[in-house]
Amino acid sequence: MDPIIILQAGVATGTVLLFATLGGIFSERAGVMQLGLEGMMLLGAMTAFSVTVSTGNPWLGLLAAMLAGGLLSQIHAFITITLHADQVVSGLSLTFVGTGIALVFGETLSKAGVISLIPKISVPVLTNIPVVGPIFFTNQSVLVYIGYALVPLAWYYIYHTRPGMHLRAVGEQPSAADSLGINVFRTRYFYVFVCGLFSGLAGATISLAISPGWFSELTTAGQGWIAIGLVIFSQWDPVRAMVGSYTFGALRRLVLDIQGPTMLLGMRNPFYYNPYLGIFLTMLPYAFTIFVLVLGSYSAAKKRLGAPAALGIPYVRGERGL
Amino acid sequence: MPESKSIQDLIPFRIKVEPRLEETTWWQSLGITLIALVIALLLGAVVLAMVGGDPWRAYAHIAKASFGDIGVFSDTMVKAIPLILVGLASTVAFRMKLWNIGAEGQFFLGAFGASMVVLLPVLPEDSPRWLFILVMMLFGIVMGALWGFIPAYLKVKFNVNEVISTLMMNYIAVKWNDFFIYAVWSEGGFQMSKMFPKNAWLPRLTDYGKIIPELRGLTTHLGLVFALIAVVIVWFILYRSKWGYEIRLIGDNPKAANYAGIQLKKNIIGVMMLSGGLAGLAGMSEITGVVHRLQGAISPGYGFTGIIVAWLAKLNPYLVVIVSILFGALILAGREIQPSGVPKLIQGIILVCLIASDYLVRNRVRIVNKAKE
Repeated sequence: MDPIIILQAGVATGTVLLFATLGGIFSERAGVMQLGLEGMMLLGAMTAFSVTVSTGNPWLGLLAAMLAGGLLSQIHAFITITLHADQVVSGLSLTFVGTGIALVFGETLSKAGVISLIPKISVPVLTNIPVVGPIFFTNQSVLVYIGYALVPLAWYYIYHTRPGMHLRAVGEQPSAADSLGINVFRTRYFYVFVCGLFSGLAGATISLAISPGWFSELTTAGQGWIAIGLVIFSQWDPVRAMVGSYTFGALRRLVLDIQGPTMLLGMRNPFYYNPYLGIFLTMLPYAFTIFVLVLGSYSAAKKRLGAPAALGIPYVRGERGL
Repeated sequence: MPESKSIQDLIPFRIKVEPRLEETTWWQSLGITLIALVIALLLGAVVLAMVGGDPWRAYAHIAKASFGDIGVFSDTMVKAIPLILVGLASTVAFRMKLWNIGAEGQFFLGAFGASMVVLLPVLPEDSPRWLFILVMMLFGIVMGALWGFIPAYLKVKFNVNEVISTLMMNYIAVKWNDFFIYAVWSEGGFQMSKMFPKNAWLPRLTDYGKIIPELRGLTTHLGLVFALIAVVIVWFILYRSKWGYEIRLIGDNPKAANYAGIQLKKNIIGVMMLSGGLAGLAGMSEITGVVHRLQGAISPGYGFTGIIVAWLAKLNPYLVVIVSILFGALILAGREIQPSGVPKLIQGIILVCLIASDYLVRNRVRIVNKAKE
């Protein structure tokens, strides 16, 4: 139970959640709730693994996974943006479809054997910094570093660029954005697509880097839903999303590691002597998601921060709304 | 040089969409739903063909293996029972636009509650059957309702999004059951409890085979009666009671409901517990009518299928019964179809087509001849 190792693994596994959460942030910033993350992630994980098996190139797998997620997301975009259907039910149906396609096409994949993965690297110089070096810059997957880069980029994009401003306008007050000549429908389609790309990337990160392989529904094991919780916790902010994702990653690792030592905080470790108690530990990430939502809504209420005002509301031209 | 024309100018027709002002008649909405179903099955067929299956043989197999004779139809009904109850659970909650996605977890807790009666034990093994059934029902409903109460309380108190919390509660519920199956009630190291005594089983049709030979081998159990009674009760609550009026008003227009003095928080708690109780009853009926012991795999995703059932039935309790029988067939026969993800995929495609088809219920789509305009 070395805290450095737990945090290092937390950053690695947290990267999956980070990608999915960033995707959710983009979609919800544009006013489209996206409950289909789990389905798109599973489809991404399957596609990445499958393409890598047949081509031998994990980067092609990664690209295919992102495209698969993006394509699937357009079903949700069409149903909610063009057909004005309920975003909650549409998102759920997307999860069903994504899971279904992934299971159908992934049927024989679990026997596919070893594939080449996205490489792990250490950053020279940075890896020598005490504490920070081993946690963030030593023997991490390339995708983890991509995660580091995406967070400030997303933050800058959302808050300090013109398209980012359009994105926020569409999510906060679509009718005003429309009157300024921003195409609300096209903007929303685009960011739902971006969310699909990110979800596919998150899925590929699981099957090509973090816990390689295809284990049907257990591949994602509900991480897509946890990411939706993190979107709310992050208050639609990429930096907070990063903190939340890595914390969750570390928690998942802690739950595994805590069952190892015989002594814990100077006491006999109950999880070592009674392994069945470990089942309660595996509940923790899910319980913690609920807890994080409580925290998120509490601090949001305190700072008067809220969801994008038009979140979940279909935009119909000429209709009285926001 | 001739003036260049866009493709749109070349087509003499234009699609015109306008919102429907009048209510759709029942046959219009039935027609739209049926068309959506047919399209969904066609799309499913395309996917089946893509993975090398024969879609028509698969569909024919589903029909034959679920409605072919009275024996398999009885098995279909056994699958329909939990779907009816879980579909009702979703119906009640969705009617108020309360997104209880946690029926699966509430189902598991209902099964756990019923098992407590035998395994804790609450009642001695030689208790009379009617007492067993009554107490197990009570425990199943109460445990399911409690599991529904937690996210409801969190929503009322902390404004926690119920979609996420109910989903997370599903995962926790499965693990909660796992702990008791592995560690507390495990029989001989297997991941299941001991078999319940016979007087804790719901009576099945086949039990009366000695008196009426035609019933021999039929597995349909008393849970069907519970489910049908629940249908009538839910219909009465939703459409004939003051509470149901409040639920429907909140669902249609929460602001108006607020102005009318309807307490939103009380209704969130109440509806969530009713919904959870119904899902809990489904778990109880499954564990006492079919499985007869507590084990891990007691649900092929009934809780999630219930969401689709409720939506396909347009949140109408009576239609829930019919839709549940169809989906019961899909689950029963789908077990033998390869690859194993097919039933789930078809369910998903059906739901997608359904919500897309709602557009036609809300809008009138006409093809207009440009020349006549």
